[in-house]
Amino acid sequence: MERPVVLGIESTAHTFGVGIASYDGTILANEYSVYKPTTGGIHPREAAEHHAKVAADVVSRAVKKAGIKLEDLDGIAISLGPGMGPCLRVGATIARALSYKLSIPLIPVNHAIAHFEIARSSTELFDPLIVFISGGNTMIAAYEEGRYRVFGETLDISLGNCLDTFTRETELGFPGPPILEQMMSKAKEFVELPYTVKGQDLSFSGLLTAALRALKEGYRIEDISMSLLETAYAMVVEVTERALVHTGKREIVLTGGVARSRRLTEMLNIMVKAHDVKFGVVPPQYAGDNGAMIALTGAVELKYGITIRIEDSSIRPKWRVDQVDVPWYYYYRDLR
Amino acid sequence: MSHGITTTGISGELISIGAEAILVKINWYGLPAIKKIRVSKAYRHPVLDRHLRVKRTISEAKLLTEAHRIGVAVPTLYDVDLKECTLTMEYIDGIKARDIVNSMDRRDLKDLFNKLGYYVGLLHKVGIIHGDLTTSNVLITERGPFLIDFGLGAFSNYLEDRGVDVHLLLRVLESTHYKVAKEAFEYFVEGYREAFPSIVEDLLSKIRDIRMRGRYIIRKRVQY
Repeated sequence: MERPVVLGIESTAHTFGVGIASYDGTILANEYSVYKPTTGGIHPREAAEHHAKVAADVVSRAVKKAGIKLEDLDGIAISLGPGMGPCLRVGATIARALSYKLSIPLIPVNHAIAHFEIARSSTELFDPLIVFISGGNTMIAAYEEGRYRVFGETLDISLGNCLDTFTRETELGFPGPPILEQMMSKAKEFVELPYTVKGQDLSFSGLLTAALRALKEGYRIEDISMSLLETAYAMVVEVTERALVHTGKREIVLTGGVARSRRLTEMLNIMVKAHDVKFGVVPPQYAGDNGAMIALTGAVELKYGITIRIEDSSIRPKWRVDQVDVPWYYYYRDLR
Repeated sequence: MSHGITTTGISGELISIGAEAILVKINWYGLPAIKKIRVSKAYRHPVLDRHLRVKRTISEAKLLTEAHRIGVAVPTLYDVDLKECTLTMEYIDGIKARDIVNSMDRRDLKDLFNKLGYYVGLLHKVGIIHGDLTTSNVLITERGPFLIDFGLGAFSNYLEDRGVDVHLLLRVLESTHYKVAKEAFEYFVEGYREAFPSIVEDLLSKIRDIRMRGRYIIRKRVQY
């Protein structure tokens, strides 16, 4: 094993995570603490307070787990965005402090790209079409000419947000996808809900409203749950298939928190078979937001000399994947 | 490639397999025709699958019929089969504009884009959005240019939808035909103005607006 190396901090939304990775993609630690709201969705300020409270503990747990000392680190990677300002600030402040104290480089990591990189590295599908679905993101992307390009995305709320809000509003609990998938087995009838695909892009807000309205109109919650999932997932698979034909990629990976969904994985599998392309799903421990993916991406970036000065390291709540140059794209493939 | 075509009783030459439909060239009562088959998707819930295929087949049939009625050169619709979700339409013998735009002389370029602008203006005037205006969806024939594939089309009178429609063409011009893009687009606007003069200035300002936002700069809406 090479000398360990980069500590990564994730704090874009409800998860405060710390990972440690080496240059060859080995994950040495992946510790986290998740903010759980007592009612409703994420309150950014409360989430930030949670992160500040647990930060020191999560960092020391990760260092201990990796069996290293802070002085062994080569760099500190920080997820600067996209995400919620108050949450991002907590992670960024800690990362800057560590970088300054240890006199090692600070490495800027785009949160969405980190989800891509851990999926590519863990599935060993190195040039895929990427389906990134989580509580905060819904995006189909692929690498072309130096950057990740977006081939389809949501025009309003994310798929995860749509499902989570439905289960919260109906007091079924959180997170939405596993609860809804359980309800599916008891469904009898399909309830027609708005299916909104606009060219390559998706929209979920009308679907959420209609599902909640159907409940008021007296449809069975099991039937609505099944129809909501089937409709939302079918929209994603359709856009993925279009992007697949358009880009001509021969591999697909599914990443992000909703990658744990059995039904979505199954549907993508069926579609993928008809095109004879390879399909991989990010392992469950790296599906949701985590520090390991930030450390992993940070380690590769450091190899390519991508660092940032502390004074330039302000958070980037709206940072898009297609704004980031990705010179390291073939790094993992060439490594193996 | 296996594509699991389950549609019965169709024999013909496979033209293309898209994400949504497959195209087969057939003989329709002695006429060369294209059959567009919206295949069933095994990943979808059967009720949803059926619903989407029927709805989209009807929508495309309406768009084609209306476009034809107002004098836009589109394939003539011969038959609609909602059981199999197929459209049978005239086979257009031509070459894709995409393949020849870059080598056209100025006069042909002017003729083509004047005509194209004129057609799109006519469509917009009656509330039709093509939805996929690329040079791959324009066939050059002896009878002039034909517009094909209304599969992503819609009925709308919103300036926003019209703007996005034309913006897509402009984007294709800039990426695939960048040497002639500016000139071709000017010819396009000339033709459009002839068909739908009252809207041109608003449309152009809308397109500028579209290009200043969204993914082309930084998306304004933040997603969490």
